[in-house]
Amino acid sequence: MMISIKRIIRSGWNIFSRDKEIALATIFTLFLAVCLVSSLFLFAKISQFIIVSTQEKIDISVYFKEEVDENDILGIQKEISKFSEVKKVEYVSSEQALVEFIERHENDPTLIEAVEEVGRNPFLASLTIKAWEPSQYGIVSNFLQTADFGDMIEKIDYFERKSVIERVASFTSAAYRIGILVALTLILTAALTTFSTIRLSIYNSSEEIKIQRLVGASNWSIKGPFLIQGALAGLVGSFICVFLFGLLSWSLASRFEGLFYGLNTFQLFASNFWFLLFIQLFTGVGLGIMSSNIAIKRYLKV
Amino acid sequence: MIKFQNISKIYPACTVNSNPTIALADVSFEVKPKDFVSIVGKSGAGKTTLLKLLLVEEKPTKGKVFFKEQDVHKIKSEDLPHLRKKIGAVFQDYKLLSSKTTYENVSYILEAIGASDKEIRRAVPIILEIVGLKDRADNFPAQLSGGEKQRTAIARALIHRPEIILADEPTGNLDPYHTLDIIELLVKINKMGTTVVLSTHDREVINKLGKRVITLEDGKITRDEKRGRFIL
Repeated sequence: MMISIKRIIRSGWNIFSRDKEIALATIFTLFLAVCLVSSLFLFAKISQFIIVSTQEKIDISVYFKEEVDENDILGIQKEISKFSEVKKVEYVSSEQALVEFIERHENDPTLIEAVEEVGRNPFLASLTIKAWEPSQYGIVSNFLQTADFGDMIEKIDYFERKSVIERVASFTSAAYRIGILVALTLILTAALTTFSTIRLSIYNSSEEIKIQRLVGASNWSIKGPFLIQGALAGLVGSFICVFLFGLLSWSLASRFEGLFYGLNTFQLFASNFWFLLFIQLFTGVGLGIMSSNIAIKRYLKV
Repeated sequence: MIKFQNISKIYPACTVNSNPTIALADVSFEVKPKDFVSIVGKSGAGKTTLLKLLLVEEKPTKGKVFFKEQDVHKIKSEDLPHLRKKIGAVFQDYKLLSSKTTYENVSYILEAIGASDKEIRRAVPIILEIVGLKDRADNFPAQLSGGEKQRTAIARALIHRPEIILADEPTGNLDPYHTLDIIELLVKINKMGTTVVLSTHDREVINKLGKRVITLEDGKITRDEKRGRFIL
């Protein structure tokens, strides 16, 4: 058994190393397929980052009337925090709101002067509420409107931002659905392209396969080396892809960070390196073996 | 050992205006174990077709082919290698594996039957020496002459000491010196117990052998003589 496996591996290596043109074509096709799958994986990660970042920017602010006591507001904060839809509730006092305003607009003296003209702090105490999903803000807002403490509330800014929130919710949902559809289509295309290339390379050997059958070789001893050839091509294609993606993610890191604050592509690559390598090897070697197996079947019926 | 029973092989017409080709017409004969049988005939007489039918490379239109009382055309596809391992075949067009060296072409058969690496390393150089290809062991078929290819094919057919050797024009591309060597080798192997079925055009070889000769003409057996001569 071990001798057979050793011979099959040796024979597979011989096929792979001797016919360089076929080997290069097969490696290139598998490399493309692996790159496609890797790109989809990284694209999914980047999309997730962008979507989460966008969602993080959305919130509802509930402004309380001037005369409402801070302890009452803190009690409402505690109550709202218990809801499953609510991710975080932050209390901003009127004094804190004034300080933040001045910090935000420190380069705009006109605005600062306008506030000073009022003679008092115009900002109201508020609760900033973040939900888990954009679609949940409506539920939270409805609750706030009908709650017992409704008469303490001066304003809820959900209605002003409602259309933006709904658009973001709709966009993220559509992005996931379309992303999956595109991913499946591209993976299928990659698999079919790889299969065609390997099938052509095995067609090239069809006469040899027939001869091997005629002299008494078993199906496994004929098929085995071609599976090894497919696996080797997948392995080489995967390693080239890993190297290329590492290089690309490192060179594009600063550019991406400029576009999307906090998104470092090299860090993303590094933190997902082992999983990405696994996906690439699984895709490359798996696709190589599977395509070889399917392609050779018709030639084993001599 | 081998029995052809009412074998006919008809190839269908290729075009609308052409007729089907009758390669073999109701051929019947037997080959007993340890026999040395020569099959002679003009080109297109059906000699190669007979050998292909035994190897199950082609199926007969009518009739049956038996190898050790088993109808070879009823063997399942996955079991055919077991039959073919018992047969050493020398094909008219050599049928060498172009991606393997001379050494690897010959050792391939031993690998197929499960011989150990030690046995292969011992046996292959000996057979290459016998057929005069010791110095061409690392060459690929594309780098060999017609005669060298034929000798490689012969070495491959002999290496695993099969029960029967089918040789289709094994000396067609050889010089007289090598032709004699190969025929003597076949005779020697036959004396050791291997059945040999030889298809040839070589009149001198047939007349010198003095063995059984089956003559094929237009797909039919016209002569079957125990100590035959080349008569066409």
